[in-house]
Amino acid sequence: MTHKRERTLVTAGIARVEGEGSLYLRVSGDQVDEVRLDIYEPPRFFEAFLRGRSYREPPDITARICGICPVAYQTSAALAIEAACGVRIDGPIADLRRLLYCGEWIASHALHIYFLHAPDFLGYPGAIELARDQRAIVERGLKLRRAGNAIMETIGGRAVHPVNFQVGGFYSVPARADLSGLADQLRAALDEALETVTWVAGFDFPELTVEHEMLALSQPGSYPIESGSVVSSGGREFAAAEFERNVIEMQVPHSTALHARLAGSEGTYLTGPLARYTLNSRWLPPAAAAAAAAAGLGDSCRNPFRSIVVRAVEVVCAIEEAIRIIEAYRPPSRPSVEVAAQAATGHGVSEAPRGVLYHRYELDSAGSVVSARIIPPTSQNQAAIERDLRQFVQARLELTDEQLAGQCEQAIRNYDPCISCATHFLDLQVDRT
Amino acid sequence: MPADSARPRLAVWKLASCDGCQLTVLDCQDELLALAGEMDIAHFTEATSAELPGPGPFDVSLVEGSVSTPADAARIKQIRADSRTLVTIGACATAGGIQALRNFGDVAEFASTVYARPDYIAALATSTPVSSHVPVDFELPGCPIDKHELIGLLSALLAGREPRIPGHSVCEQCKLRGTACVMVARGTPCLGPVTQAGCGAICPAFGRGCYGCFGPMTAPNVGALVPWLGRLGMPDSDIRRVFATFNVAAFDRLAGGSAAAAARPEPGRRHPGSGA
Ligand code: SF4
Ligand code: SF4
Repeated sequence: MTHKRERTLVTAGIARVEGEGSLYLRVSGDQVDEVRLDIYEPPRFFEAFLRGRSYREPPDITARICGICPVAYQTSAALAIEAACGVRIDGPIADLRRLLYCGEWIASHALHIYFLHAPDFLGYPGAIELARDQRAIVERGLKLRRAGNAIMETIGGRAVHPVNFQVGGFYSVPARADLSGLADQLRAALDEALETVTWVAGFDFPELTVEHEMLALSQPGSYPIESGSVVSSGGREFAAAEFERNVIEMQVPHSTALHARLAGSEGTYLTGPLARYTLNSRWLPPAAAAAAAAAGLGDSCRNPFRSIVVRAVEVVCAIEEAIRIIEAYRPPSRPSVEVAAQAATGHGVSEAPRGVLYHRYELDSAGSVVSARIIPPTSQNQAAIERDLRQFVQARLELTDEQLAGQCEQAIRNYDPCISCATHFLDLQVDRT
Repeated sequence: MPADSARPRLAVWKLASCDGCQLTVLDCQDELLALAGEMDIAHFTEATSAELPGPGPFDVSLVEGSVSTPADAARIKQIRADSRTLVTIGACATAGGIQALRNFGDVAEFASTVYARPDYIAALATSTPVSSHVPVDFELPGCPIDKHELIGLLSALLAGREPRIPGHSVCEQCKLRGTACVMVARGTPCLGPVTQAGCGAICPAFGRGCYGCFGPMTAPNVGALVPWLGRLGMPDSDIRRVFATFNVAAFDRLAGGSAAAAARPEPGRRHPGSGA
């Protein structure tokens, strides 16, 4: 309704995102005044009820914040607690953690690419409808997801909320022979992952270049997954312990998720696949690097619509890494190292599929959690998503409310917002004045 | 049911939860695609933005998540009214989930720990299972649910059979699987004897004691297990906490309220400035 001077648009239900929320747009004439992403995931108060729990419990408890990225929660929690207790895990236990985390990346990205995101580019409401016409393609996505789940089941015991993970390592570790079937499955999945990159690289991508500061982990020598220090495209470089001095969280009235910004910057920042890729593309393993080049990605990627290509490249990367870890694997002498509690505060960061996930725990000398802080990727990205939507909508004001609603949903899905973490989506409202 | 379709209509709903149980529904992959041939998926926001015409009625509604906000308390009544068979999936929907720990704390104080302006947050004081609000036909336990149990349940419902959800313990599944008892063989404390079967006894197979994520079995003998856990060296505080986690409300009912004691932060640990 382009002739109307005022308009309000509401979409009920942003599908295919993990969680529930809504989008509110206020437009006066040809100017977008306000873009507000409302998140109304019921608050679950994890940080509050972690207090008084044993320092051994946060990995299992915080895994339940998100069924899509439980390993990310387990890992960041364990890193923070181990840091508080003065323990650093390395060798085969650290390798197994990276392997487990690769499983989560593969499973989570395959879900997002095939079930949540690709249907937008192909004009289907979802993967179920896509499967009716193009069964073989959806089967390929399922195979990839199964390969990721197989890693989590082999190393972690199950795909959602793995049980074998603990502070200090694992409850039990596989023998080399236990992993040979998994390696075969992954070698087959590598082909499917490469086909996936070619497939998604052929989609039509709307033009959009975002200017946010990019924030990701860095593990020089490898693509960052299960640990690292924090770096940004603005030249920041800091350790997990400095996170809260660099990232400032604010509460906004329309959301159960907190918003974040970087200290000393009025601008927005972005974490997740685009940032990871832009800051670390040179560390991709060979097949992933070649696939990225063939897909025309270049050294950096600042178009959120193309994040589907980056995710596909990261699936290749995670499979290559998993195969490399399995081939080099020698079981540790013990499945975990001793972690004795001490009164201290520890910080942990890892690269969840959706971006940097930060945990902080303050422990007392008996090992009880005195306080806990968790900063998930989606709340860090919320301000950036709102800013991108403003730019996106501004360029499309001639669309009808219905068209706009559909395209905004799609734009939001670019970020794979995991709203269980930040907390859920649905609804788009546009006020045009 | 709409006149143009004789196929049953399935809906999947989410309340307060982590999405892990819905994800297990999605992970029925091949089975789901096969089931999609036999039933219409009428509502599943995580899988599709397509909605079949009209809200209800639904033949089967799977509900994930607990009731923890005024809006969800109203929504679950509508879902019940629209559904012929209502099945709760997972510990959140079946027992209130880990977020039921708030039932034993002070929700206003919890909110002030997480949010600077707790007045922006709409939350009920409790996180309760769906069955506290509306009648439920079947309950699948687990945090998350087990895929095979879900497929078994859906196939039974499709075939018009009564689904069978086991009431026995994880111990029996260890025996089936051939896992040596971790309490006997390794002296590892384990909740297997009182925890409902369904997962296939995963933890003991990995050398870990069961931590009760499937909640209590039918008629568990918690009283007999607790001293045994103590003899294996598990401190009382740990015993209380292990019962007060993913199924806190269910275990608490059994223990006559004592499971919850562990969930209350000790006064000394509270945030400065908050009430005790
Ligand atoms: S029962 Fe567990 S896995 Fe299922 S939704 Fe709740 S927290 Fe997630
Ligand atoms: S063994 Fe116990 S804690 Fe482990 S998955 Fe099964 S029910 Fe859950």
